Amino acid sequence: MTLALDVSRRGFLAGSAAVAGGFSLGFHIPMSEAAAQGAAPEVNAWVVIRPDDSVSIRVARTEMGQGTITGLCQLVAEELECDWAKVSYEYPTPGQNLARNRVWGNFQTAGSQGIRQSHEYVRKGGAAARMMLIQAAAKEWNVSPEELRVAKGVITHAASGRSTTYGKVADAAAKIEPPKEVPLKDPKTWTIAGKPVARLDTVDKTNGKQVYGLDFTLPGMLNAAVRACPVYQGKLKSFDAASVTGMRGVKKVVAVGDNAVAVVADTWWRAKTALDALKVEWDLGANANASSEATAAMLREGLDAKEAFEGNKAGDADAAIAAAARKVEAVYSVPHQHHATMEPMNATARWTPERCEVWCPTQNGEAAFATAVAASGLQPTQCEAYRINLGGGFGRRATSHDYVRQAVLIAKEMPGTPIKLIWSREEDMLHGWYHPVTMCKLTGALDANGNMTALKMRISGQSILATVNPNGLQNGRDPITFQGLNPGGAEGRFGYSIPNLMIDHAMRNPPLPAGFWRGVNNNQNAIYLECFMDEMAHAAGQDQLEFRRKLLGNSPKHLAVLNAVAEKAGWGKPAAPGVFRGLAQHMGYGSYVAACAEVSVSAQGQVKIHRIVAATDCGHAVNPQQIAAQIEGSFVYGLSAMMHQEITIKDGKVEQENFDSYPCMLLDEMPVVESIVIPSGDFWGGVGEPTIFVAAPAVLNAIFAATGKRVRNLPLKNNDLRKA
Amino acid sequence: MARLTINGTTRDIDVEPDTPLLWVLREQVGLTGTKYGCGVAQCGACTVHIDGEVVRACSMPVSALTPEQKIVTIEGLDSPAAQAIQKAWVALDVPQCGYCQSGQIMAATALLAKHPKPTDEQIAEAMTNICRCGTYNRIKAGIKQAAGIAG
Repeated sequence: MTLALDVSRRGFLAGSAAVAGGFSLGFHIPMSEAAAQGAAPEVNAWVVIRPDDSVSIRVARTEMGQGTITGLCQLVAEELECDWAKVSYEYPTPGQNLARNRVWGNFQTAGSQGIRQSHEYVRKGGAAARMMLIQAAAKEWNVSPEELRVAKGVITHAASGRSTTYGKVADAAAKIEPPKEVPLKDPKTWTIAGKPVARLDTVDKTNGKQVYGLDFTLPGMLNAAVRACPVYQGKLKSFDAASVTGMRGVKKVVAVGDNAVAVVADTWWRAKTALDALKVEWDLGANANASSEATAAMLREGLDAKEAFEGNKAGDADAAIAAAARKVEAVYSVPHQHHATMEPMNATARWTPERCEVWCPTQNGEAAFATAVAASGLQPTQCEAYRINLGGGFGRRATSHDYVRQAVLIAKEMPGTPIKLIWSREEDMLHGWYHPVTMCKLTGALDANGNMTALKMRISGQSILATVNPNGLQNGRDPITFQGLNPGGAEGRFGYSIPNLMIDHAMRNPPLPAGFWRGVNNNQNAIYLECFMDEMAHAAGQDQLEFRRKLLGNSPKHLAVLNAVAEKAGWGKPAAPGVFRGLAQHMGYGSYVAACAEVSVSAQGQVKIHRIVAATDCGHAVNPQQIAAQIEGSFVYGLSAMMHQEITIKDGKVEQENFDSYPCMLLDEMPVVESIVIPSGDFWGGVGEPTIFVAAPAVLNAIFAATGKRVRNLPLKNNDLRKA
Repeated sequence: MARLTINGTTRDIDVEPDTPLLWVLREQVGLTGTKYGCGVAQCGACTVHIDGEVVRACSMPVSALTPEQKIVTIEGLDSPAAQAIQKAWVALDVPQCGYCQSGQIMAATALLAKHPKPTDEQIAEAMTNICRCGTYNRIKAGIKQAAGIAG
């Protein structure tokens, strides 16, 4: 996940001047627009102002639909005091970032961090640019900067009646020493940030003009279709190129690393057609017999294993359970899931012995760049990666840039020819970095008065870090496993006060790679915990809201979002006939979230989700209408998985190859979503993921209320909810 | 060789007859607004109109088409209904990643051509395209706004 380039800063900077040309903008779609405008002085790294007063704001994080471009531009523009109507954006490249000592910071766009982890430096970028622009005008008029006022990019000097614009002083401002002290506005005074402004990137997404990685072309480009060994860690044994070389359009058949083969042709359709006809032999390797049954058996063993990594502990849970008036126990499971971005993996690469360039959809331009450098065999100074708009990320394009590596390896076989590699949907489904598979055994204790005195939560299953970054393990322990269950921390704190607690993890890693999947481990942790808390409330004979409230006394922000959804949903008042409610709350990625779902279940067992009331406290709400969009979107992603989706393995191979066997929620299944955004103001939380955590458990708890049946093994489609 | 009428222009295209219309549009004609999502008519990202009907272009071989059939892609949309849909999509900020939205807009436009004031059931029946970002509620609101129906 982190960029690791073996290059000394000094050597890199010295060599990079020729590449970066000081700061030539290079070939890149958003950047080339800026370049086409002619002289467009950057006031600083974040702000470019053209003579016509149009403002281009540089965005380091990646837009993948979550609205981060608009939100980050709002924050810069707020401090810049420019005219929002004249704002556009551009992406700096990772090569430029390295050449400029990472002036734009981290490009990683995952973990709902786009805004919450860059708000301060981007706002300072805007504020510093404003101070320099004002100073430039003051210098020109020979007055003190304090005498000047600015609004919407117009600087005025009231005493003399003079005024000028940002566009007129931008050149001079760029030459001014950047200020050392850069105070920021009180968010209470915001006029652009915090407002539900329209996205900057909508129009081209309604007329077919938006260029995605899959649409990208270069002169003389050829297309490649690839197939990797269908079994994880299997190898390519041989292929019979002669079987397809005579087919129309086919240019070359090449091995890609040690586990894949690609056909290069004039069009992708011809490349894919030839690949389908290509005779390939695989060495399926040690995982040839892997199966979901074997994985399940391994995980079940972990539920009671002696050894486990501790996540959160208080008191003595075993003793409290032994002494309990009542003990409740349940085992839950959540399967592997695939990201299934709408746009399959793809990348375009051009390689020569002197230079390697890639154009790719990525959630982390720097990681794509590092992958390209490693695959190219060239120095970082000889490489560049350009971000192209992506058709969905959800963590897939942050976890691995395997598709970039493949594109470069293929391009190396045809020096000088740009190669666009596109994975078929089937290739994409079979070679994912899947949501980790886990089970969880929960044991709860109640005293004679129905108070919850203990909770044991044994998670058994897959570690993401063990797949993607084993160096990140802490003495073998994967801290990410405990998202939302931790004793403290701003990322995600366990909200309930339970005197005796043991949450631990028996790591069991099946032969299928795990990756970061929107919401990550919070998803199953919230299902396990919040469904079980519902079980505890029922066992105690208590209202599910009241039961939670009693245990959230030390967690006022957790409690506030829960209370907000309960109030808005009308908890405690009758729902419509046949409609039942369920609750859930959780904290993750810095934000507090809760949901109340309303469902009905027919006699035939058909579930209809009517409405979900959702609340989020993300500290600061930069764009409320986009937060509402993220809440709705996260529910679709989470509920698609909860209801329909599982990745299963048979004979070492993933069984689901397309949307017919991996269905997604459609419009007719979509509930009404009522969003409550409660920005309590003293912290910065994430938005893209957090609400996904509570969608599934709230619905599952409502299903129990409707049917008396507790769904513990997901997805829902494998459960029979028909009336007995 | 196929002779196709795409967005009002008839052209001869030198491709194998089993080539899907989707890849002819994208790779032979250069109209990339129509997207590849699944190749098996499941997701709807490749939705186009043929004589006003929605067709999933990934599963339509060009050999099944005649020059008399009018193929319209997102780039060729210009009916009043289409303009109303696109305007509503912008007003409500419907797209997130946007990759599926060409197909969604093609499906929504065909719906309004048939049912200028669609019911919720007609919307649900017509809008079967997958959106992984989860823009369904704004899609629904966009259709209603374009149709002049109170949300």
